[in-house]
Amino acid sequence: MIVAEPKPIKEILEMVRDLKKILIVGCKGCVTVCNVGGSKEVAILASTLRIAAKKNGKEIEIGEETLERQCDPEYIEEIKDIINDYDAVISIACGVGPQFLSERYPATRVFPGVNTRFMGGAIEHGIWSERCAGCGTCVVHYFGGLCPIARCSKSLLNGPCGGSNNGKCEISGDVDCIWDIIVRKMMEQGRLDELLEFKPPKSWMTARDGGPRTMTREELVK
Amino acid sequence: MSEYKSGSNLEKVLKAGHFAFTGECGPPQGANVEHLVEKAGHLKGYVDAVNVTDNQTAVVRMSSWAASLILLEQGLEPNFQMVCRDRNRLAIQSDILGVYSHGIRNMLCLSGDHQKFGNHPDAKNVFDIDSMQLIHTVKTMRDEGTFLNGQKIDVPPKLFIGAASNPFAEPFDFRVYRLAKKIAAGADFIQTQCIYNMDRFREFMKRAVDMGLHEKCYILAGVTPMKSVGMARYMAKQVPGMDVPDTLIKRLRSAGKGKIAAEGIQFAVEQIEEFKEMEGIAGVHLMAIEWEHRVPEIAEMAGVLPRPKV
Repeated sequence: MIVAEPKPIKEILEMVRDLKKILIVGCKGCVTVCNVGGSKEVAILASTLRIAAKKNGKEIEIGEETLERQCDPEYIEEIKDIINDYDAVISIACGVGPQFLSERYPATRVFPGVNTRFMGGAIEHGIWSERCAGCGTCVVHYFGGLCPIARCSKSLLNGPCGGSNNGKCEISGDVDCIWDIIVRKMMEQGRLDELLEFKPPKSWMTARDGGPRTMTREELVK
Repeated sequence: MSEYKSGSNLEKVLKAGHFAFTGECGPPQGANVEHLVEKAGHLKGYVDAVNVTDNQTAVVRMSSWAASLILLEQGLEPNFQMVCRDRNRLAIQSDILGVYSHGIRNMLCLSGDHQKFGNHPDAKNVFDIDSMQLIHTVKTMRDEGTFLNGQKIDVPPKLFIGAASNPFAEPFDFRVYRLAKKIAAGADFIQTQCIYNMDRFREFMKRAVDMGLHEKCYILAGVTPMKSVGMARYMAKQVPGMDVPDTLIKRLRSAGKGKIAAEGIQFAVEQIEEFKEMEGIAGVHLMAIEWEHRVPEIAEMAGVLPRPKV
């Protein structure tokens, strides 16, 4: 999933300081799963803004909506009849949400209520970890099913570097050295020979380096 | 065709079968040419080549190619270091052409410390290619005469290709294989991480020799003399992939006040003496960090003088 975290409330309050009517829009996709942008979080943010306004002696009107997804025009459409009642929208979907909203409703100011962090998963309740860098050409099968592009600090394809330290990365004792895990796994599986093969420079054309990406699947296009 | 790959002094010394002795000089954190010239001056005549570090520990310094050219002007042979952290494959290849055009003949290929350690931790890194691929790039440019895209180079750069090896980093069992991989990718010589744990290094070299790696590549053992107990402790705890045994820290401490630096040098000299006899070792890379002026006496004590003229 796409993993996000709430923006500091101070930052959100600063963004909407001069606004009186705000619509908070959540998303039932990834951000609901990672407990940051679903209907529950919409309600929490709404009450927080109301309390803050009250404390400052300001009048404020907050609307609450949670869409099926914010990365799909079909669902973005659902708020077309109410959006003009508000001065601004706070989207607490991933970075896709505020942009889809801005594109569909060009007259409305849209603010991001979360920081989108990475593509990953929950390794335990409350802890998420990155797994994919979205490079566009998956090669995890060469590396024991683990991705050195997303998970090695230097994205080494011929690791590990000399900074690997007791299974941890040189950047922090909290970060696993993925190459340590790859090497141990491949050696245990008797696949050392595969690791000894030189991996040539990767083409980053399919990654973000190739420019903003659009994908078309002709068979699905009407 | 020349009998040499690059014709550098280091290559000639090694090929002639001499025990090589290389030094190191970090460029200044500024444009203080005078200081650089003064530091490098201590090494002149005492080493076969001088490594010029490339924004080491991710701290901004004078660029390694520029400092290398200054050394060249001073009559020293640079071993130009390049890391993959700060350049993509376009900049890498153009810098290789640039340094070669100015007379640089040795190049050490490194991944580079992560910028998180350095003085610009907010920076974006590059890591378009890794150190293994960098070795392969320099070799492709030299031996195939082409860029990475296969396009022909009009006068290819002929560099003596160096790589690093850390025998002490985890996972230990894989380290000798990674060394083999670097040699297969095109490394002509290897300079190892600073060695303090001699037992572990002997074991590493035994494995390297068993695999015949010393016959395919010149392996230079890394030596950094300890200046103080504080430095030894710092290296042991703070520097990733460094293995400093407690016995060495004890030895330094028991030397007593005012004699610790001398003891550090004594240990380094003993190491060099052993490396001269160790199977598979073709030389020593002495990284006397901000201690360039002590290199002549270390070289003298270790009996590596005079340096051969080839």
